[in-house]
Parts: sequence; C-alpha cells; structure tokens
Amino acid sequence: MKIAVLVKHVPDTYGERRLDTTTGLIDRLDDDQVADEINERALEVALSHRDADKSTEVIVISMGPTGAKDALRKCLSMGADSAIHILDDELQGSDAATTAEVLSAALAQQGVDLILAGNESTDGRGGIVPALIAEFLGVALLSSLGSVAVTSSEVSGSRETEFESLRVHTALPAVVSITESSADARFPNFKGIMTAKRKPLTVLTLSQLGIGVEGSVSKSILVSTLERAARGSGTKVIDDGTASAQLVDYLASERLI
Amino acid sequence: MSNVVVLIDTSISGVIRGSATELLVAASRLGTPIAVVVTAQPISAEKVRLLGQYGAATVYNAVSADVATRLTGPQPEALASAVAHFSPSAVIVSNTIDGRDIAGRLAARTAGGLLLDVVDLRIGGDAIVSTHAVFGGAYVAEWAIASRLAIITVRLASFEGAAPEHDPELVVMAVTADLTSHAAVIDAVEEIVSNSTRPELRGAKMVVSGGRGLGSAENFSLVEGLADVLGAAVGASRAAVDAGYVPQSHQVGQTGVTVSPDLYVALGISGAIQHRAGMQTAKTIVAINKDQDAPIFDIADFGIVGDVFSVVPQLVRAIEDRRS
Ligand SMILES: Cc1cc2nc3c(=O)[nH]c(=O)nc-3n(C[C@H](O)[C@H](O)[C@H](O)COP(=O)(O)OP(=O)(O)OC[C@H]3O[C@@H](n4cnc5c(N)ncnc54)[C@H](O)[C@@H]3O)c2cc1C
Repeated sequence: MKIAVLVKHVPDTYGERRLDTTTGLIDRLDDDQVADEINERALEVALSHRDADKSTEVIVISMGPTGAKDALRKCLSMGADSAIHILDDELQGSDAATTAEVLSAALAQQGVDLILAGNESTDGRGGIVPALIAEFLGVALLSSLGSVAVTSSEVSGSRETEFESLRVHTALPAVVSITESSADARFPNFKGIMTAKRKPLTVLTLSQLGIGVEGSVSKSILVSTLERAARGSGTKVIDDGTASAQLVDYLASERLI
Repeated sequence: MSNVVVLIDTSISGVIRGSATELLVAASRLGTPIAVVVTAQPISAEKVRLLGQYGAATVYNAVSADVATRLTGPQPEALASAVAHFSPSAVIVSNTIDGRDIAGRLAARTAGGLLLDVVDLRIGGDAIVSTHAVFGGAYVAEWAIASRLAIITVRLASFEGAAPEHDPELVVMAVTADLTSHAAVIDAVEEIVSNSTRPELRGAKMVVSGGRGLGSAENFSLVEGLADVLGAAVGASRAAVDAGYVPQSHQVGQTGVTVSPDLYVALGISGAIQHRAGMQTAKTIVAINKDQDAPIFDIADFGIVGDVFSVVPQLVRAIEDRRS
C-alpha cells in the first residue's frame, strides 16, 4: 500500500506569529517555522500502519516555499520513505482551492491508496483542503477522525463532530484527516536522522506536475487588516485569605456578578 | 437583491439545529435567503413556516435516502442543484466539521471562491466582504471575493439578531446522484447530548476553564462549581483534556474552541500561547494560579496568586453571600 501524508510548514505556535498587514498573508519571513504538529500525528498513523505491514510505502508531500523542505526532512527522519516538495514562485499566495488542486495533481501522479492529512492547520485553520482534494480526485473523505484503523482495502474510524459521534468506514482509495485525539507522533531517533539525509526528496515545479495556474492563485482580495492592541495585565494579588473577597468586589464593580 | 443559499444544519434524524437562525441572519446581510434542508423524508409544513420565521424566503428541501448512511454525501449534491436553480451570489454553511467538508466539495465543483470561518459579513460596493479573526483575534482581516460565487463558512455564535420574516415558498427535489463511489459509509451515529443546563461554550457570555492544575477529573468539579454559581460555560486547557478531566469539546485555544466572553476565568492554567489564542479577546480575564510567574497573569485583568483548592471554594461562598 502507498500512503501519502500531507504536510504544512507553519509558524511555530510557541512563537509570536505575525500577519503581513499589507498582503493579509501569514508572515513566513522568519525561520521560526515547523512541520505542523497535526501533520506529525497524521504521519504517525501512516508509520504505525507500516510497522504492522512492512510492504507499506509512506511518502510525505508539501507545497510551500523553500523552507518547507525542513518540515519534509523532519518527516523523513521520523520514518517516511520519500518526500515531494512542490515549489514554484507562481504559487505564492495560493488559496485553499489552488493548494488542493496542485496537491491533487501530485497525488494523482503518485497513484496513492490513502491520503492522510491533519484536520486543520494551526496558521490558516481553514480545515478544507482534505475535502477539496477528495472532490478533485473523486474519492471518499473521512474527515476529523479521532482514531483510525487501516487495512489493505479499507479505512475506518471514529469521528466526533460538534453534535454527533460516528463510526465511519470507506473502501480505498480515500482521503482521511485526523484530529488531535489521534496518537502523539514518535520522535526521530538517531538512526532516523542519519538515514533521512539519504532518502529521496524530490522538488517539483508546476510544469513538472504538468499543470499551470490560470489567472490568480487566489480568489480573494484583501480589503483591510487591523492589529489588535496587545493586552496588558491588571491587578495581581497574592492570596492571604482575602483575595477571593477582593475578586468579588472587582467582579461586582465590573457588573459581572 | 441577489439570492443567497444557506445550508440548514440538521441532525441525521432530521431535526433542525439551533444554528438555523444565525445562518439565516448571516444570509440576510447579503441578499434573499434560500434555505436548503437535506432530509430523508420531506419536511413538514410546520418546519417550513419555522424557517420562514427565521428568515428563509424559499425553502429548498432536498430529499435523499442517503442522509443517514453516506457521510456528507447528499449535501454537496443538494447545494450544487440549488446553485444551478437559484444562481446565488453566495452559499453559506456553518463552519463545522461537516460544513467544511460540504463547502470544500462544492467549491471544487463550482469553482466558487471560499471565505472561511467568517465572523461578520457585509456588502461593500458590489462585493461580498467578510471579516476574519486571525491568530486567535490578534488580527482582524477583511477579504472580498473575486469570483461570481462565494462559498462561505460562518463561525457559529458570531451572528446575532434576527432576519426579516417570510412566508416561504417550498421547493422539493430528490437527490438521485449515485454516492457510492465517493461518499464514506456511516456505520453508527450517536447524538452528543449534553445533560447539563450549562450554557454552550461557543458564544457563552461567561466561561470558567480549568487546567492541569486541577490535578484530577474529580477535582475538576471545582471548575464546574464556580461555573454554575456564575451561570458560565465550562472550558479547559489542552493539558486538562489530554489528562482526561473533560472531553475534547471543552478545549479552548489554538486547536480548540475560540471564545470571546465578557468574563473568562482561568483556574490552574499556565496561559501557554496556544491557550491564549482561544481566549485573549475576552473582555475581562481573571486568573488563579499558584505560580506568580505564570504567563496567564500577563493578560489577566485580575490575578490571584494562590491555590485553587482554597481560593475557589471561598470565592463560590463569597459570590453566594453577596447575592443573598
Ligand atoms: C500545536 C499545538 C496546539 C495547542 N493547542 C492548545 C489549545 O487549543 N488549548 C490549550 O490549552 N493548549 C494547547 N496547546 C498546549 C499548550 O502548549 C500547553 O501545553 C497547555 O495549554 C497547558 O495547559 P495547562 O495550562 O493546563 O497546563 P500547565 O502548563 O501544566 O499549567 C498548569 C498550571 O497550573 C498551576 N497550578 C498547579 N496546581 C495549582 C493549584 N493547586 N492552584 C493553582 N494553580 C495551580 C501551575 O502553576 C501551572 O501554571 C497546544 C500546543 C501545541 C503545540
């Protein structure tokens, strides 16, 4: 079985993330970027399937600027077999639909059985790329799975939405996105880090994928941006037995109780 | 005025969810709302009237035997058919797990432009302009769409008020597309019923959240006790969710729910940047933490350096005393 895991290189959530207020795009100039944690969990699903079935091949795919290769290298050191980096200046500022179209072209070229992704990225939080890809490829989508079971012909799992909890399954090929409830990812070990350097990391441009972008890579136009003033701190009291009474006075003065 | 198609959220058994009102409010900002309802059986005249009261000028009832068995299968078909039928300027769905899947499929099919997780909508000039809260509300951005059709997912609990009432026309259609090749199978479904009378976390005016500092699921009742005396919703940090104190649906933060209440109380929560991303736009923040250097104090309007196990019970009593 061939499994593709989709990976996004995003600003580290532990750092201060910035929006470029003139373009409305996420500021990716700093080098404080990482493979999104949720993608590492998706990779974990693929790798644990390979642990059980050695014939499984795991490729990681990312579309993004030059730095995205660092995220792919990390995935290779965790155990992925090969990586594809879609890198093309024309793709800068791509919206979710363009991103999904380009990823779909790469996935179709690879001929994969299972596509694994995170339910949403920590930067855009759009959570829509898996559905777009499923539609572009004409395959089933199991989104937001908290647990996943993969066999050679089928994938199933549990899915908790805002309103319902479901058990779902589908035949392969399929697109699956997983949530934070899915298992934590493994850490790269020393051997993994050493062998990652020799694993294939292929860089593909749009023309190598055999597609072009007609018109704009984004259907949306920025109208305005506003940066909210940073929040300051107010009163801080050390509890000496009267703190709760002081807090009640404060809440009452703010008309909150 | 142009038509605006709205997908009404329903349970698998066909119950219209509470989000219908806010979705129709969002739609009425942009044009004439057409409510699309996808059900296994044709809906009752009473439901049609109800949707009219909420603001639907037309109810487009797509009937599909696959509603309960094919995961988000019939809904994109119904919306694509409504788009063909009503030539709307926009399609609105809720920014939920199902809503995003449906919007994604529809966007790939219609080449409509996506506006995601929208918290406000208006017409600017002749374009649809949407407002988005970026990085937990650290930035607010407005975007317009350059395509003829906008496909919009709206954040629940963002649109208040009421849309003008209508006496809706009913159009019924049958979804006949074969979904077997591309829609997954639903094997079992259970409605998540909250048996508490506490407010919903999303959109709550007051939220009391607990973190790892609570130490156990049993101790988490301290959080619930304070929430109840305030009439607040209950939230949690990811560490509290990971430790199994509360279900994931309570998680506030980067990868959880974003809340913007009048009062947010953080108990035994350090205030990691990812937690702050879900609550930093609260009007008033109160924190109780025994570590005086905890980062939550940097954004707290009122902070108590103290032990939750002694401060919170006193606080509950003091609030009750003041009330009586
Ligand atoms: C990609 C990503 C996404 C994330 N998303 C989220 C998210 O959505 N939401 C979220 O919350 N986190 C999220 N996190 C995790 C985040 O980084 C923190 O690990 C988490 O918020 C910590 O939770 P906590 O404050 O409960 O625990 P801790 O950081 O362990 O803090 C516990 C606090 O309790 C205090 N305490 C202990 N005992 C007592 C006592 N008796 N009385 C008073 N205070 C006490 C301690 O002083 C400490 O400050 C995310 C992380 C990543 C990498």
